Amino acid sequence: MLPADLKAESFKNYPPEARKLVTTYLAALQTLPLSFVPNLLREAIEYDFKFPAERRALERELAHLQSIFGEPSSKAAGEWFQDFAKIALSPQLQQMDWVNSPAQFVEQLSTHLWATHQLDAFRKAATNYAERLQDAVPPEPPPIPRLGIAVIGRGVTANEQPLFRKLRPHGGHFSQVKPEGGLTILLDAIADRAQAHPISYGHWYVDGGEAAGRFPAVTVVSYLGLEPVRSSLLRRMRSQIETPGMGPEALRSQLAQMTPSELGLESGDQVLDRFRLKLLTEGSGTQIFSTTFAQWAAREALRRAQPCTLLVRFAPRQRQRPMNELLTDKPEQAELDPVGSLIDADLGAYYNWVNQRRLPGTEQSSFLAWFEGHSEAVAIGPAMPRGTESSTPTDLRELLALIS
Amino acid sequence: MRLSLQSGVHELTRRLARSRRDFLRDAAGVALGSALLGSGTLSHAGIATKNRKVVVITFGGGARDQETFAPEGQENIPHLMKELIPQSTFFTQVVNRGILGHYVATASLATGVYETINNFASLPPEHPTVFEYFRRERKRPASDAWVVAPSNGFNRIGESSHRSYGAGLGARVILPKHLLTAALSSGHSDYQHLLRDNYETPFYAPELAGSEVELEQLDKILNLSVEDFKAHARTLSSPDELSVYVVRQLMRQEAPSLLWITMHDIDVAHAGAYSLYIEGIRRTDRLCAEIWRAIQSEPEYAGKTTLFILPDFGRDSDEDSGGNGFQHHRTGDAPSRTTWMMALGAGVRENVVFDRAMESTDLVPTIGAMLDFSAALAQGKPILELA
Repeated sequence: MLPADLKAESFKNYPPEARKLVTTYLAALQTLPLSFVPNLLREAIEYDFKFPAERRALERELAHLQSIFGEPSSKAAGEWFQDFAKIALSPQLQQMDWVNSPAQFVEQLSTHLWATHQLDAFRKAATNYAERLQDAVPPEPPPIPRLGIAVIGRGVTANEQPLFRKLRPHGGHFSQVKPEGGLTILLDAIADRAQAHPISYGHWYVDGGEAAGRFPAVTVVSYLGLEPVRSSLLRRMRSQIETPGMGPEALRSQLAQMTPSELGLESGDQVLDRFRLKLLTEGSGTQIFSTTFAQWAAREALRRAQPCTLLVRFAPRQRQRPMNELLTDKPEQAELDPVGSLIDADLGAYYNWVNQRRLPGTEQSSFLAWFEGHSEAVAIGPAMPRGTESSTPTDLRELLALIS
Repeated sequence: MRLSLQSGVHELTRRLARSRRDFLRDAAGVALGSALLGSGTLSHAGIATKNRKVVVITFGGGARDQETFAPEGQENIPHLMKELIPQSTFFTQVVNRGILGHYVATASLATGVYETINNFASLPPEHPTVFEYFRRERKRPASDAWVVAPSNGFNRIGESSHRSYGAGLGARVILPKHLLTAALSSGHSDYQHLLRDNYETPFYAPELAGSEVELEQLDKILNLSVEDFKAHARTLSSPDELSVYVVRQLMRQEAPSLLWITMHDIDVAHAGAYSLYIEGIRRTDRLCAEIWRAIQSEPEYAGKTTLFILPDFGRDSDEDSGGNGFQHHRTGDAPSRTTWMMALGAGVRENVVFDRAMESTDLVPTIGAMLDFSAALAQGKPILELA
């Protein structure tokens, strides 16, 4: 099947809102090359479970494509998609049910691009398309300047390694921060922002351990809060791996098809349940290490929900047992590795900032990273001089004020 | 004016190479090789081909500059920096244009052709391997070419499916973790978790269907009893340490002329824990130096062995939004494709750096020039500075 053959009935298996969306823009979809359309449908088929920011972005993209490609004779279509049209696809790809399984198609397309040395050409086409789209449909700025906060090093009593080395050049490094009540100050700050600026999925708190409370209007995701889901998923994965003939690709497909309710995720918020499920089924290492979970959850929240406020608190992950310990018959003990987790979280904080910086409004956004329970922090904001050091006693409330 | 993506990629790879070169110059005091090329000072060191040996270590599975050769990464590779680089010829810009999966990329390194086999299937390379070229042209026995690989997915790496080569001409393969699991499972415990070592798809262990060394051959080939093997394994912290232990036994017992060691500990990065990735780099750095010392101390190897160390590829940069930094190698961006290589030992000039672009497929023809065989079907070219 080719995109030109698409009809409204082609989408009869889509969730209701997704079906409505794609049929509205059917004329545009019919004009696009096959190397591109499934990438768009992969997003569209999830429309019912997407965050508001993602929905708006997808609607605007489709509306723009419709406006310029709705006419079959449009020259613009050729200009926008000539590089995609040059990608040679295999007959197997063309025969796939890419309408109903766009994610599986994209996965197979990726394998095909690597194997046929077309990956660079596809990257070029995708980059050019993204740049054109950004020029034509500029991303929406956030309603208020973004604030990102990373709290790292929970459970570490003493540290000799230099921290925040990657963040320091971008802001001020403070070495005399009063740690008393620090976490409460930060949590209060995000709760206040959420109350003052109520935005659906606009304010987030991710905890690599147990969430330090509930906050109205703040979306909360925690590693320990998902413990039953995580355990259930690991049991299923082990069972599937032992099934004869099961390979990594089949396992991946099975994980992708899981639904939140299969793993007991039934909070009443379908969008958030789906997000939580994907953290565990699509993330690598999120099922095992809490530091990986926290970093990946932050990345995905920023990429998808584009929150105005995001506080991520890293917690100690389980210790990786060396081979000689694995060879003993002693039962596995759940030991923690606070020092290794501090190193993980230090880079995780940097990645949070990098991912925040990719969002619109970056020139007005600010970021704070704090070594929990200690006196060290980095503050980044529009008015904060870069690469500066301060040993003046201060507290986190003052630092937040400095970068706001 | 904005650079096109393609020219941007080339510029980035050149910049990576320059930064490696400048750093090596500052830190290790190496000379720029291009200044030596015209002087006629590069030459074979008079090693008789029939006695020459080659050892290849893949510095796997993929490490980035900022954790290795960039100024902030040097603390993770003290042995490479202080011990090995001053004795080596170093190539700063080795580009891998193939598929960035560890098995298929290692197969490409071993064939000199960008292989396109399924990275996760138990399949042989489609083109002749360096081992087949070597054994067929030099008429060497199976005992003269060996592969040691900790990842169980590498069991078919020693021998291709090519109709003119293939069956019976490849290298023998040892999968130390597989051996260990077999040794331990003969008791009462379940050690299947040891096989689940494919970091790209955690928890997955492929079915083995190659010509790897079986448990009963442990004593015949490595001169090790199952009990000794198990006891020593219990003193080691990682699969790569076990591999190096097996390599040392192999060097003593079989002394192969062509020995290929695939390291894999670093690929724990796929689990997303940065500290474990760094630990993997530090361990691999230490193990490379151990192998080099073993080469120098073993009479069968000392003075007549050339050692190559190179990553199969890099990892994604922090800047590419399609990836997640160090965790994976999925974007195909310049940092994930641009690596390095060092050669040291017999016939290799010491303390020299070259920053011209070369490809990872150039390795096999280069080894061919050293060991006097033709890698007829390889895509790469012999590296003139070495061959």
